[in-house]
Order: sequence, then C-alpha cells, then structure tokens
Amino acid sequence: MTRQNQTTDLTKRKLMVGAAATVAAGMYAPSLVRAQAKAIKIGHLTPRTGFLGPMGEYAMMGATLAMEEVNAAGGALGRPLEIMFEDSVNPKTASSKAQRMVERDKVDFLVGEISSSSGLVISQVAARAQTMFLQTGCNSDELRGKNCSRYMFHLEANNSMYVNTIGQEMLRQNMVKGKKWMAFTADYAFGHDLFEKTKRFMDANGAIFISNDMVPTDATEFSALILKIRQQNPDLVMSNLAGNSTTNFMKQYKEFKISIPLAGADLNAVSIWGAGEGSFQGVWPIVWTHQVNAPSAKVFTKSFTQRWGRPPDNQAVGDYLAIKMLTQAMEKTKSTDTETLIRYFESGVKFDVLRQREGYFRAWDHQLMFEMYTVQPVIGKPTSQWDVMQTSAAVPGPTVDLEVLAPTKQQNACNFG
Amino acid sequence: MTLATEIVFLLEQILNGLLMGVYYLLIALGLSIIFSLGGIVNLAHGAMFAIGAYLMVQITDLAGYGIAFISAPLLVGALGMLVERLFLRRFYKADPVLSLLFTFGLALIIEQSLRMIYGASPLQFNIPEFARGLLVLGDFMYPYYRIGMLSVALIALFLTWFLLHKTPFGKVVKAGVSDPDMVRALGISLTPILTAVSGIGIGLAGLAGVLLAPISGVHPAMGQEILTAAFVVVVIGGLGSFWGVVLAALLVGVIRGLTTYFYPAASEASLYVLMLAVLLLRPRGLMGERMDRLE
Repeated sequence: MTRQNQTTDLTKRKLMVGAAATVAAGMYAPSLVRAQAKAIKIGHLTPRTGFLGPMGEYAMMGATLAMEEVNAAGGALGRPLEIMFEDSVNPKTASSKAQRMVERDKVDFLVGEISSSSGLVISQVAARAQTMFLQTGCNSDELRGKNCSRYMFHLEANNSMYVNTIGQEMLRQNMVKGKKWMAFTADYAFGHDLFEKTKRFMDANGAIFISNDMVPTDATEFSALILKIRQQNPDLVMSNLAGNSTTNFMKQYKEFKISIPLAGADLNAVSIWGAGEGSFQGVWPIVWTHQVNAPSAKVFTKSFTQRWGRPPDNQAVGDYLAIKMLTQAMEKTKSTDTETLIRYFESGVKFDVLRQREGYFRAWDHQLMFEMYTVQPVIGKPTSQWDVMQTSAAVPGPTVDLEVLAPTKQQNACNFG
Repeated sequence: MTLATEIVFLLEQILNGLLMGVYYLLIALGLSIIFSLGGIVNLAHGAMFAIGAYLMVQITDLAGYGIAFISAPLLVGALGMLVERLFLRRFYKADPVLSLLFTFGLALIIEQSLRMIYGASPLQFNIPEFARGLLVLGDFMYPYYRIGMLSVALIALFLTWFLLHKTPFGKVVKAGVSDPDMVRALGISLTPILTAVSGIGIGLAGLAGVLLAPISGVHPAMGQEILTAAFVVVVIGGLGSFWGVVLAALLVGVIRGLTTYFYPAASEASLYVLMLAVLLLRPRGLMGERMDRLE
C-alpha cells in the first residue's frame, strides 16, 4: 500500500466514523434530550397479591402500556413519564407507601388502587400533600360522597352505576317486582356499600328481600352457602362478592347444578376467565370488555394483546386511561400544576374512554361518566378462552344521558370543602 | 318449611362440614407428621398445595386428566423429598425459629415464582365431564365430584394410617417421634425416614391441591388461604396424634360449615374461637402426646 493510498484510506475511515457519529447522534439525540429532561413521576399503587391481586396485575400492565406509548411519542411536555409501581397490600401499607411516594420520591401524581378501603387512605395522603390521585378501581359510593376529596378523581364506576346497570337488565327480564332476592356480600367497605345500593334498588322497584349474608373476602369454599340457597329457593341470587371469591362461587354454583338465576352487582373479566366456559354463568354488569365495539377500543385491545400476549380486562382500561388522561391534561394546559389540572378535569372536557361515546368528569364529585355493559355466557362454542362471555350493547342507550346510572347530588352529596 | 325438612337441611350441612374436614385433614396431617418427627414448622406446606394444583392443570393440558391425577401428587411428594434433602435436614437440630423463617421464605419464593410463570389471574380448570352431576337421595343432593374427592382422600388417609401404624417403617417413625436419640443409639438411621416422611406429608398437600383445583380457583396465593386453617387443625388436634388431627379436622369442618350456614360473617372467626376454647381447656390439644424434646 502506498503512502497516498494510506492517506486516502485514513480519510475515508475518518469520513465513515464521522458519518456514523452523525447518524448515531441524529438517532439518539432525542432520547438523550429526553433523558436529560426531568421525568414526570407517577406513583402507582394497587394490590398485587391477595384476592384482588389478579386485577392489580392487569392494572400494572395497562399503566405500563400507556407509559410506553406516551414516551415513544415524545413524553408529556417533552418530559418522559416514569411510573413507580408498588403493591398496596392493605390500607395500612397503602397509606405508608403513598406517604413515602409523595414525601421521599416526590411523585407528581398518584394513580391506581382497587380496594375502596385503601383508596380512602391514599386519598387522605394525596389531599394532605395536595397531589392529584386518579383512582382506577375503587367502587364505593362513599369515596365520591361522604369521603370525597378535591384531589381524587374516579375512573372506576361507583357501586350505584353497577347496581343500576344490572338493575336495568333485571327489570327488562322481569326479575324484580314481586321476585324474591337473596344476596351474598363481600365483608369489607366495598361490599357493604354495594349491598346498600342493591337493597335501595330492590326496595325502589318492588323486589322481595329474603336475606343477605356477609362473606369473608378470603373465603374459598361456598358449598354451605350454596346448600342454603337451595334450601331457601329464591327467584334470584345476587352476588356482591369480589375478586377471586366470585370465580370460586361461580364454579361451585355450577358444580351443585343450581338452576336458580344468578346475577351480580360487580364483575371483573379475570373472574370470568378464571371460571371459564364450563362455569361462567349469570348476568353481570361490567365497565368494559375487549369485545366493546368502538374503534379506539379495538386499537387498544390490539396493542395490549401484542404487548402482553393476552387481551386487556376492565381493570387494565382504567389504569391505561388514567395515564393517557393525565398526559392529555398536561399537554393541553402546558402545565403539571395540580390546581391547573384539577380545573381542566372539572371543565367538562371530553376524553376518549375507549367506548362509543366520549367520557367526562362530573365537576361536583369527580366521577368519570361513561357507558357501561352487561355480560353473560356466550351462546354456542366460544371462539377462544377469552370469549366465553358476550358483551351487551352500551348501557345507557345512545340517546340517554350517561348520568342516569350515577347517583344524584341529593343521593350522594359531596362537599370538597 | 316443615321441621323434618329443616332437620334434613341441617344434616346436609353437617355432612358437608365433615367432607370439608377431610380436605383440611389432607393438608394438616402432612404438617403434623413433619413437625412431630423433625420439629419443622413447614410454612411452605400451603405453597406445595398450590404446586399440586398448578401441576394438575399443566399435566392435564399435556397428557390428560388421568395421568395428571396420578403424577401430580407423586411429583409434589418427590419435590418434598428434594426440599428435605437439600434444606430441611439442616434445621432438625437448630432452633425451630430458623426452620420457620426458612420455610416462610420458601413459601414466598414459590408463590412469586408461580405468579411470574402463570400470572396472578386464576387459571381456568373445571371438573372433568365424567365427574359432573349430582347424587340425589330425596331432599339430599351432593355433587359426584365431591363424593369422589372424599373417597380418594379417605383412601389416601387410610394408606397413611396403615403406613404409620402397621408397618416396620411406621414403628421407626413413632419411635423417632418419641425418642430420636434412642432410635439412633439402636443403630437405626433416621435420615432416610425423615426424607420419606417429608415426601409423604408434602405429597398429601399436593394431593389436596389436585383434588381442590377444579372447585376452587387455581391462583398463586391459594396456598396461603388454606394454610392457616391447616395449622389451626394441627393445634386443636394436638401434635403427634394421628387421630387427634383427624378429630380436629372434622370438628373444624363441621363448625365452619354450620357457622357459614347460620352466620357466614363469623365463619373465619369460628376456627379461632374453637382453637382458643380447646387451648384454654387442654393446652396440648385434643389428643396431643407429651414429647419431651418439645416440653
């Protein structure tokens, strides 16, 4: 090789290195800039173990997917989102972890939770720290009423919405007036509140109340209760159970071949999938399923299934939407300021909530208004293990005000103080 | 409702309680014999029950219900022997708190591993077609599957009793429970006996998981849910007593069943009230034997 050739080669090498460096800089510059920008921190608390653990797992998957989508699109206000996930376990642990997140980790927002009891204590921590808390799975009406907080927004339906959704279906099936109802209720804050709303519906619509039994949340064996149902012979069995208990109850109800119609005032898709084709039965209200016929719902279901290898459940939707709504709010207001964002959410602004109609928060109790559904076993052979249920058309119908399902100010007064 | 019908319903609840007691017995008996012989408080026993249920689901998918039904409890028993050989035998002469802490950690690792492999959601697993249906005798009705479960459980318990009470192996186990040093002095090694006892005890937990998988949810925390009741049964029955554990399990099943019928909210608490009452009246449990090394 001649000296000249060496020079030429060196020049070429330098050029190639320079070009590669330029291309690399071009490719990675945005992420470097993003990495340097201070992340927007979100503290995510939800039960990952115990009887609500299966829903908590979906909550985490939904929030993670939303974060990944937002960050891939450049973040919020040019800043990446960073979510800290914690198992909330029980109210005591939820309170201390929420406290640590706002004080030590300086999170900008709190998101998540399924247990109403834990949701209440997290909302108290959030209020003291003046941090927004978007709760995604707590049903208790009291959280929107007596225990409401200006810093807490509710992406989950409240118990009245669930009861009114299944109530409409029971009225349609002529299963209310003069019919004997027997209830079973999860023995904690959510269950007590749900039963109270169920009883209110029964009384208002002429159903005959036989009995309600409180069932410990960790109950796995229902044969004694099922024998009792057979002995009392009601016209309708109403389940106000929660989490894994619902799956076990359905399986054992089927095992004893009880022919008395079964309905429930609350259900999660994981309970349906856990029971499976052989055991899922009855009619139940649900906030969302992967069968919802709306364009954005289909896109979300596809993305979620690609990311996690299974379709989303109703809980995943709540946590996904919470992250997306926060991002929308920050982008629209150009701010992360709590007061600014509260005003934005209270303004009646519409959000794509992965249903036919858009949703909005009621300003006076911070409840997100959206369409609900009922589910029952699919007729014929399911097309997959995920499709053992069939989802109804949206409730209420397309021309009816979304608020007909929710309690009024008089029924569930909230004072933000 | 007539009085006669009321009585039939009550008897139905009592019988159902007795059947539930047999399921508790399968788990509690393993706990009892492992503790009696080796002094190990096995907090991972519930996790082994969960492994039994998961193996049942997994093997059924691969090879069918029959093969799963036989192989899953045997595999859990083999796992029990492995755990004993690798870990538990290091704790026989140590402070019982150490084995308690170790098995607690092991239970957490197993539960989290199941969660990581299968997810937190319950797995779909139902009663096989051939075992569905109800036995109807007048007002009395009971699912065939539960009657089948009861039969299998009773056979397993009879075999365990026979092994522990009517064979040379059982005599060594009994001698080992009451005076391990004397057994060693006679030139009999307790090491393989302890391994076998762990295999049997943990295998019984696996069998309980296999039997209960179709009627209760198969999920990672299922072991935790049943372990407390099993410990209560062991404490009420008294350590070292086969029949004490049998009596306690049936008693717990009936009390729990009747409480569920009359006042469901107290069904969990009823176990502890019963335990409190027994411990106040007879601290060694209903039929507990005096064991010098535990006094």
